[in-house]
Amino acid sequence: MKIDPILTRAGDWLSGGSRHPIVISSRVRLARNLAKLPFPGWAKKSERVRILEEIKPEVDLLPAIKDGFSEQLNELTATEKQVLVERHLISREHAAKGMGSAVVINPPQTVSIMINEEDHLRMQAITCGLDLEKTFQMIDEIDTALEAQLDFAFDEELGYLTACPTNVGTGMRASAMVHLPGLVLGEQINQVVNSVNKIGLAVRGLYGEGTEAMGNLFQVSNQTTLGEKEDQIIGRLQKVIETLIQRETQARENLLATKRTTLMDQIGRAYGILTHAYSISSKEALNLISILRLGIDLGFFPEEGRAIINQLLMDTQPAHLQNLSQQKLAAEERDHLRADIVRERLKNFPRPPNTKSPGQ
Amino acid sequence: MKKINLCESCSKEKGVADPTGFALADLLLGLGENQQVEQVAQTEHCPVCGFTQADFKKTGRLGCSSCYNTFSDALGSLIKAMHKGTQHTGKIPARLFRDLARTDRLNELRKHLEDAVSKEDYETAANLRDEIRQLEGGTAQSI
Repeated sequence: MKIDPILTRAGDWLSGGSRHPIVISSRVRLARNLAKLPFPGWAKKSERVRILEEIKPEVDLLPAIKDGFSEQLNELTATEKQVLVERHLISREHAAKGMGSAVVINPPQTVSIMINEEDHLRMQAITCGLDLEKTFQMIDEIDTALEAQLDFAFDEELGYLTACPTNVGTGMRASAMVHLPGLVLGEQINQVVNSVNKIGLAVRGLYGEGTEAMGNLFQVSNQTTLGEKEDQIIGRLQKVIETLIQRETQARENLLATKRTTLMDQIGRAYGILTHAYSISSKEALNLISILRLGIDLGFFPEEGRAIINQLLMDTQPAHLQNLSQQKLAAEERDHLRADIVRERLKNFPRPPNTKSPGQ
Repeated sequence: MKKINLCESCSKEKGVADPTGFALADLLLGLGENQQVEQVAQTEHCPVCGFTQADFKKTGRLGCSSCYNTFSDALGSLIKAMHKGTQHTGKIPARLFRDLARTDRLNELRKHLEDAVSKEDYETAANLRDEIRQLEGGTAQSI
């Protein structure tokens, strides 16, 4: 499979499957390494190439990956790699790699396997909505199939051994991407983030560690990987996410009850700017698209609009735009093109209601 | 205190050639001993990949899976501080799982065998012995 189908079609985690008004996607990744061989960051180039040659054929043979996309990173352009980052199919760190690293993605883009990222193997499954258990099972099956062929570094006390001690044990990071505009508009987000941090879970921005929270999107994940079973970690995360859903739902109800005009004003302005702007940055676009999504959740726009909004979330990202235009764009040109695309896609999007009650 | 005088080649042989080890400033400032110990620890390298603890301080990542063994003392407290526990309780590679299950079963059978022998129940003991041999990979011999 060539990269084109990946680039032109959104993954199932965004476009299909079960929909959830608050949880956009569930993701589980496992870190594994081959025993007695240097980790990618310490390995010489020749060693990395040898490790890649040992792992990649086994990954390519996986039934779950059949007809997927499989490529070494030195064969991809900077834009192609960046598109994969924006799709959450590779990490930002992995995009910086070249010779001796590779990525393998299944056709529906729900499984991606990075070879020679920080660890020899970083395998992830990503699904639509909230289903951490199923997502874990998907990647667990792949891990089980691979461990029959590869000798993974494992210690009876420390579990799976990883390049960074923060990942030893299960080597598992489970996360959910949540959309929390209610808590942000209601100014409760900091309080909520702090309390989630206190119980040992991490809340990060859209693209993980050290990134800004844009579009009211947050990633919640486990911090610790040793001392608990995989299902215990997932259970703990699941509970917290359920609480977050509750808090967000409450915040939205509160806004509707006490600040209805402010809320409608925000939604109306978001619609106004998105449908009339001729130049818009990716950050502004993401923040306003987030508000339109909230409008759909609250019944101010018809449900059919959700697919358009989800697709815009991706397509307005810088590398996606770059890829769409097929030519090198300066930042300013990107902002123009972004505005053109948003206006075009929202051409038939219904106007926000004239009255302040939903669904009219 | 025993004072010895060493010539240049003897001092090298006894590993006291490093002049920084005797630096006057260190002695005066009372930094000597600890720093030397740390320096020794930082130059200790992993026999498999050559990684040192100084490399770990620089990058926050280890060199290979054997580094966990090489630097276990230093890593122990770090791992304890960053995780919920210090013992892995999650998934075990199937290959290893079978080995562990076999070891557990063997220990159990050996205990039963001891019990049977002490109770002079030789028929049970013989059966247990056969089962143990089978598990150990040998074939059970019929009596």
